[in-house]
Amino acid sequence: MDTTVKKEAAPGSAQPLLMVKHLIKHFALKKDVFGRGGGVVRAVDDIDFLVRQGETLGVVGESGCGKSTTARLLMNLTPPDNGDIIFDGRSVGSRDLSLKEFRRQAQMVFQDSYASLNPRLTIEDSVAFAPQVHGVSKEDAVERARDLLRRVGLDPNRFAERYPHELSGGQRQRVNIARALALQPRLIILDEAVSALDKSVEAQVLNLLLDLKEDFGLTYVFISHDLNVVRYISDRVMVMYLGQVVEIGDCETLFEQPKHPYTRALLSSVPSMDPDNRTEEPPLSGDPPNPINPPSGCRFHTRCVHAQAICSQTMPALVSDQAGHGVACLMHIAGSGHTDAPSAQQEVA
Amino acid sequence: MLNITVDPSKVPAVVTEKSTGYWRNVGQRFMRDKLAMFAGFVILLLLIMAIFGPWLAPHDPFASSIMKRLKPIGFPGHLLGTDELGRDMLTRLIVGTKLSLFMGITPVILAFCIGSVIGLIAGYAGGTVNTVIMRTIDVFYAFPSVLLAIALSGVLGAGITNSLISLTIVFIPPIARVAESVTTQIRSRDFVDAARASGANAFTIVRVHVLGNVLGPIFVYATSLIAVSMILASGLSFLGLGVKPPEPEWGLMLNTLRTAIYVQPWIAALPGVMIFITSIAFNLLSDGLRTAMEIKN
Repeated sequence: MDTTVKKEAAPGSAQPLLMVKHLIKHFALKKDVFGRGGGVVRAVDDIDFLVRQGETLGVVGESGCGKSTTARLLMNLTPPDNGDIIFDGRSVGSRDLSLKEFRRQAQMVFQDSYASLNPRLTIEDSVAFAPQVHGVSKEDAVERARDLLRRVGLDPNRFAERYPHELSGGQRQRVNIARALALQPRLIILDEAVSALDKSVEAQVLNLLLDLKEDFGLTYVFISHDLNVVRYISDRVMVMYLGQVVEIGDCETLFEQPKHPYTRALLSSVPSMDPDNRTEEPPLSGDPPNPINPPSGCRFHTRCVHAQAICSQTMPALVSDQAGHGVACLMHIAGSGHTDAPSAQQEVA
Repeated sequence: MLNITVDPSKVPAVVTEKSTGYWRNVGQRFMRDKLAMFAGFVILLLLIMAIFGPWLAPHDPFASSIMKRLKPIGFPGHLLGTDELGRDMLTRLIVGTKLSLFMGITPVILAFCIGSVIGLIAGYAGGTVNTVIMRTIDVFYAFPSVLLAIALSGVLGAGITNSLISLTIVFIPPIARVAESVTTQIRSRDFVDAARASGANAFTIVRVHVLGNVLGPIFVYATSLIAVSMILASGLSFLGLGVKPPEPEWGLMLNTLRTAIYVQPWIAALPGVMIFITSIAFNLLSDGLRTAMEIKN
């Protein structure tokens, strides 16, 4: 296989690789025989974001905030209710870019390394499956699979004909990465891809991901609940809360100067190594509210220390500054009615 | 300073022995199961009897004798005695193996093929397709299998072909149900999602990723149905809906010998013993297969 895929454009080039507009997925709950229940889970509720060519976008949030649903919606494993996914300037599912062609260019790595490999296939056959779907001959696909196994650090002579149950978790996740690479994609969605691994193995796999990104000119969407890992690997970070994006921006800026109260609370949950650098933000308490009936207005107002009456009435839009740092909080919207918001005058000046 | 770089390919593999395929692994585990191996041996004997019956049997299965009716077990020249028409019991039991096994196994094989396809379609398609198929199946499932077999045979008329058809119809719903539930389970696994994400169509995914994972469990279940099928087929013959006399078949023999139960109870019980042994053997075999296939990570 030609492993020297041409380098894609540098991060931050004009055309975003992936643009997501108004992505919505509501899951209807079944009514019981008496017609009760039947609510709607607003798993992903109108989110917009873009992923630039060659960058790693980290996606963080608590359990149930819609991170994984977003990943599945991007790959159309779950059909979205609404929303456009524009890949490299072409709308997915349109005449310009069929779903099958999009799936050749975008691939996904799942959290459970064992469940994501067919237990009846050798790892070589698992990796070689996708290219054969796209018309590569069996011999060439196997050849490509062995090359990729070597590339992810598994000696094909020793591992190619093994079955998934004979491998360790880290080795299996390497196989899954090789499988995702087999179609020579440009975008890889990593859904908690390292979360189930031991810390030492996790570090090895993260470094492998960074190497592969460099070598193949890849773009990552990296979903994780582990803030340290996200900070390590991401160029930009998107914070989700109850199916919405509350803050998105450059990784270092977001970690150093988080704007949204939720982001601040989330970051303060990571213990600081420096006693002088303690956060004064009170930690988040309790579970996120039920996404079946999310709170009105700003969804975070039930747990927010800065919440005011206006917060339960007005839903803040995601507003970006010149640097592209977006935040959805009334405290950052001029003239929103929140007492901490900048006045409309100040904003103009 | 010591610079340690870990090259993962140089790290010794956890497993050093030669890789073993799944089925070879199952085979090895099955071989270690003494009871299952014994059941397999019994079934092998039965198959040999079925194939070579006419050559193994000491007498002509149809040769009757008024003089030697209902002779006891151990009667000179007739090791297992004679039936109500003076025919050699041992001969008829051996020759009857073929028809009895045929009547037991064929409906299960047919139902395995048809039921698996139905269950796979329902399980993989999901949604409305699943609901329509499975509710239809449930209608058949609602009848007790014995009653359904008798009713269908009664409607279709007596005869081997018709009882095979009715038994096949009886076994399709349970097999389809198992196939559907296993398929639904496999379908939700990440490797099926990964295959979908690689752009494969439903047919390819089912062929490469689903089939290999569902056929095993369905097969094990079908094996356990052979015992039931043998008993039902015997029952149909007993009721005069299956095999016709004077053809030797265990269920039919049980029927014709029931009049002799007070005269020669042991003779009358012999065909039942054969049915019992065969169904137990198939049950133990399927148990052994299931245990051998339960390889956990």
